Amino acid sequence: MTTTPRARRTRSLAATRARTALWLLLPTLIVLAAVAGYPLLRTIYLSFTEYNINTDAAPKWIGLGNYWFTTEDGVGLGVLQIPEWWQSVWNTVKFTGVSVLLETVLGLGLALILNSKIRARGLLRTAILVPWAIPTVVSAQMWNWMYNDSFGILSEWGQKLGVLQNGQSFISNPDTALWALVAVDVWKTTPFMALLLLAGLQSIPSDMYEAADVDGANRWTQFWRLTLPLLTPAMLVALIFRTLDALRVFDMPYIVKGNAPEVMTMSMYARQEMIQNAQFGLGSAVSILIFLVIMIFTVIYVTSLRVKFD
Amino acid sequence: MKKALALITVTAACALANSAHAAGVTLTFACDSVGSGYNECQKGANAWAKKTGNTVKLVQVPKETDQRLALYQQQLGARASDVDVYMIDVVWPGLISQHLLDLSKYIPQSEVAQHFPAIVKNNTVNGKLVGMPFFTDAGVLYYRTDLLAKYGYKSAPKTWDELAEMAKKIQDGERKANSKFVGFVFQGKNYEGLTCDALEWISSFGGGSIVDASGKVTINNPQAVAALKAAQGFVGSIAPSAVTTYGEEEARNVWQAGNAAFMRNWPYAYAAGQAEGSAVKGKIGVAALPAGKGGKPAATLGGWQLAVNAYSKHPKEAADLVRYMTGAQEQKRRAIEASYNPTIASLYKDQGVLKAVPFFGSLYNVFTNAVARPATITGSKYNQVSDAFSTAVYSVLTKKAQPEAALSSLQSQINRIKGRGW
Repeated sequence: MTTTPRARRTRSLAATRARTALWLLLPTLIVLAAVAGYPLLRTIYLSFTEYNINTDAAPKWIGLGNYWFTTEDGVGLGVLQIPEWWQSVWNTVKFTGVSVLLETVLGLGLALILNSKIRARGLLRTAILVPWAIPTVVSAQMWNWMYNDSFGILSEWGQKLGVLQNGQSFISNPDTALWALVAVDVWKTTPFMALLLLAGLQSIPSDMYEAADVDGANRWTQFWRLTLPLLTPAMLVALIFRTLDALRVFDMPYIVKGNAPEVMTMSMYARQEMIQNAQFGLGSAVSILIFLVIMIFTVIYVTSLRVKFD
Repeated sequence: MKKALALITVTAACALANSAHAAGVTLTFACDSVGSGYNECQKGANAWAKKTGNTVKLVQVPKETDQRLALYQQQLGARASDVDVYMIDVVWPGLISQHLLDLSKYIPQSEVAQHFPAIVKNNTVNGKLVGMPFFTDAGVLYYRTDLLAKYGYKSAPKTWDELAEMAKKIQDGERKANSKFVGFVFQGKNYEGLTCDALEWISSFGGGSIVDASGKVTINNPQAVAALKAAQGFVGSIAPSAVTTYGEEEARNVWQAGNAAFMRNWPYAYAAGQAEGSAVKGKIGVAALPAGKGGKPAATLGGWQLAVNAYSKHPKEAADLVRYMTGAQEQKRRAIEASYNPTIASLYKDQGVLKAVPFFGSLYNVFTNAVARPATITGSKYNQVSDAFSTAVYSVLTKKAQPEAALSSLQSQINRIKGRGW
């Protein structure tokens, strides 16, 4: 008998507390299982089946057939064998890389400006949030009209400057369409980036700058040696948020441009197979692949940059 | 006690009045949204509602047929009864027939027989009449009568080469005063509309209809290559480069603003263009689409049907609404007021109709001999075939691919979709 009554009492108290905590958490866990767990498991299950909601009565188990399946004639039917899927992966990666990079640089610039002691700072902070606050459907339709070749203001400017020919628009040309969409995304989400970075900047104690001033470091050195390293944690969280969002992008490109091979993102491809072609099995396989791609990116971020979430 | 009694009496009276009021049912109707479609549906539905004492709630539907289908497939796949009556495209019966009510039990055979037999056959899947023909459609060529006269042309172009030549001359001339002017607009966006336009080009060059009646994939042939070469040549010369972002309504907007010499569109654009405030009012000519080299003109068969949701809670009333909306009286009204093509043959000889829409008579053959999309043969895979086809054509129009390469890879792609068979 090594445990004293007191220790036993403490442990049983801890156990009671843990039990209570579990009971209190239970509703949340049930809700999570219902709204996140069930759809996820069902999608995984459906991705192993052949299931067309219009013709098939019930899902038919085909194993990995939706991912990789070659007929006797040597025709590849699995998603991983379809060039359109790989094209959409490539489009999405290009879109994500460029838009997130631009958003980070511009967002940092904005955050630094908003963090300095300028006049009407409060008003400015509110104003830059406007693009972020407008629902995506609305702002995407707005940009769609601005890009319109016959009455859109951006096409008119492009045509006046001689960048575009008559009857051309930035989204009609397959070489510029993806970049035109990147521009919309940058316009829309830079404020979000700026806001997160601004919060990071404000958490840096001002006495560090005072100390740096005393040590004779100029503004440039202060930015590189002080601001940037201290801002890194906030920036990494912002980067992860934006990257994951951009990898899943669907609504904005779909509304501004519509289905077109040069701007087809992974989510647009999933929608096409699942909703348009009513193939829930194949579409689920595509969704699972998107899930995997996003997971890979997250793992790379978290491990290579040693992000700590606590 | 007295008070309570009075309250009960009042409540009961109210309940009675309510139930008397609620004798009619409320139907939800997913109709049209292109051009004047919504308003015309509303007028018809109101007339039926007034006649029968029921109520019809019209829902706003997406403009483009693909998006409508995507939405309806989800609702029907979930066996939802939210919408009672759907307006369905001519290529959908094979796709969604299992979710639709057999109308032959509700509508007398004599009334069904008044409609074009080909469309009734199209709407009959496994012996089930899943949709009543509402209006029919085929692609037509719109031209500006005033501009043709101004540049010395006597009639609409008969071949695509002629069209290109005329459009170029008119465009060059008009650009001097109006920098936005273009020769020709059509539906070049990657969606079902492009499938229709491209099928017309290819068929008019003698290149067949993607998949033949036996199920063989025939799209990779020299005539189809020639047709796509011609179409590729239009983009950026007589048609704006941005035509690859146009659906029906985008094309119509350019045309109706007076900024185009020619337009390929459906008949609904006629009434819309003749409406008050249109810049082209009184200057619209309509002709059959041009022919390709060694071919004859082709128009893609379009058209819409009214169908009742199999999961509807009021099938009887819904079928009655369909019967009214597709009946001769309402079709005549829609033809006269909004240039929708009737599906009842006798209306094409009706003086009232011919007076309002003069081109119906002269284009009667175009409508009845239109080329059908391969929806029947490809069945539940039609959407995938159409999507692969329009995407290939789109890459040709945007000059990302040459016709030969695009069609040969399209052939293997459609064969892949075909898999073990249609």
